[in-house]
Amino acid sequence: MPKDGSVVRLDGQGKPLWLVLELTYRCPLKCPWCSNPVDYTRDAQAELSTAEWKRVLREGRELGALQLGFTGGEPLLREDLEELVAEASALGYYTNLITSGVGLSEERLLALKAAGLNQIQLSLQSSERALTDTLVGARAFDLKIKVAHLIKAHGFPMVLNVPVFRHNIGQVEEILALAEDIGVDYLEFANIQYYNWAMVNRDELLPSLEQLQTAERAVQAARERLGQRMTIYFVIPDYYEGRPKACMNGWGAIHLTIAPDGVAMPCQEARIIEGLDFPSIRDKSLAWLWNESPTFRKFRGDEWMSPTCRSCDEKEKDFGGCRCQAFLLTGDAANTDPACARSPHHHLITAAIARAHAPGRRAQPLVLRNDRNARLLGANRGCATGGCADGAAADSDAALAVVEVDHV
Amino acid sequence: MTDTATPSPPAASERYALNPMYLFRWEPTQDSHVLLYPEGIVKLNQTAGDIIERCDGQRTVAELVAELQLRYPGDDARVAEGVYKFLEVFRAKGWIRRQA
Repeated sequence: MPKDGSVVRLDGQGKPLWLVLELTYRCPLKCPWCSNPVDYTRDAQAELSTAEWKRVLREGRELGALQLGFTGGEPLLREDLEELVAEASALGYYTNLITSGVGLSEERLLALKAAGLNQIQLSLQSSERALTDTLVGARAFDLKIKVAHLIKAHGFPMVLNVPVFRHNIGQVEEILALAEDIGVDYLEFANIQYYNWAMVNRDELLPSLEQLQTAERAVQAARERLGQRMTIYFVIPDYYEGRPKACMNGWGAIHLTIAPDGVAMPCQEARIIEGLDFPSIRDKSLAWLWNESPTFRKFRGDEWMSPTCRSCDEKEKDFGGCRCQAFLLTGDAANTDPACARSPHHHLITAAIARAHAPGRRAQPLVLRNDRNARLLGANRGCATGGCADGAAADSDAALAVVEVDHV
Repeated sequence: MTDTATPSPPAASERYALNPMYLFRWEPTQDSHVLLYPEGIVKLNQTAGDIIERCDGQRTVAELVAELQLRYPGDDARVAEGVYKFLEVFRAKGWIRRQA
């Protein structure tokens, strides 16, 4: 996500400055907050070829894309990653690798360095080995720490990305100490956002306001202590903000994501919105998809906005929030994001918070992201993706009833 | 973000260099200089680009000011003041670092 732009604020001037390539949905980890679609196995055979990805890279650069993210799934599972990084570097992109670290050997690090990779974002879920390994459904902690040190040893700028939720929000100080020891340049505490797998597990993952405030205080103290040695981001969860996030800087404004099968999306979650057409780069040029496709044009500007948003003095600031969240919670993507306190649907957010923290609530096992659960949730797609408006919690309960759960 | 370790303003004899975390280059599609860094882009206006281009760890601040005064003739005092102000802002943002 874009952070601070200053001196001259960079609006896209209609260009997709950020191109994100989801090279694959395959992943060795099973994180129950994964942002990939819950039915990710559906088009598993349809991954773009090396030549097709290269075409995306060329056409993206022609459209003015500057920042490039290689993500997934786990992008290291693509054996052509180095080749794609080399092509991207030659074209003039700033290249970011977003990885779990699994599969990042010293040999591959050297090859990626030689290919011109600019930076690596490594995920870490906890400062504790046992909790990490349980949450991601694999023995990953020791490997991640080793990979983190390797990344710094080879001189890459490094972002340590920590998805934040109820299980790890109390570990801010321990994670800070780990990050300091590794020597990371940017530490990003990213409160998870409740879509896809995270939505299925929302009641278990959503932290309380008190937990958030404590975590934020620890981050503030660390910022004062560390000064410029480490940049620390703390991405606030919109459920507690009262204001919606300026999602993607606006729909189709600067972000362009390509799914493993070549489908072009304004953000990684957009495919959950029903009723929109999502053509692939196999059918159309990237320029057509970005400039002309009805899906990308749908929520640009403010004509699509509800009266709540169109008359709002903050519409230039937050663009009405997130279209996917509006769809997921209210059933209509053109509604004001319910995270906004001015939304007529804001009670859905407060109710979700209350439900997740209701006294006496019975904890459920986390639904891990794996192929079996994906097939089951895919068969039950209407509910798992929130098609039943108003009932996100009921949805995940319904999903739990039919999903065979990996116990954690 | 403030640089708590070195809060003093830039001085004439100091040298500044780009923070190696940032990539500085001309970007034709923006018709400007840009700073690229993990997940971020800063588009620089012409003056900012002129200054950062010269933060090479070799030139002193005094030399940098003199070059900018040649490039923007007219009001030397204003140019000097502008350079000092920009350097302080850039350092606070972490884009450039004072050389030891």
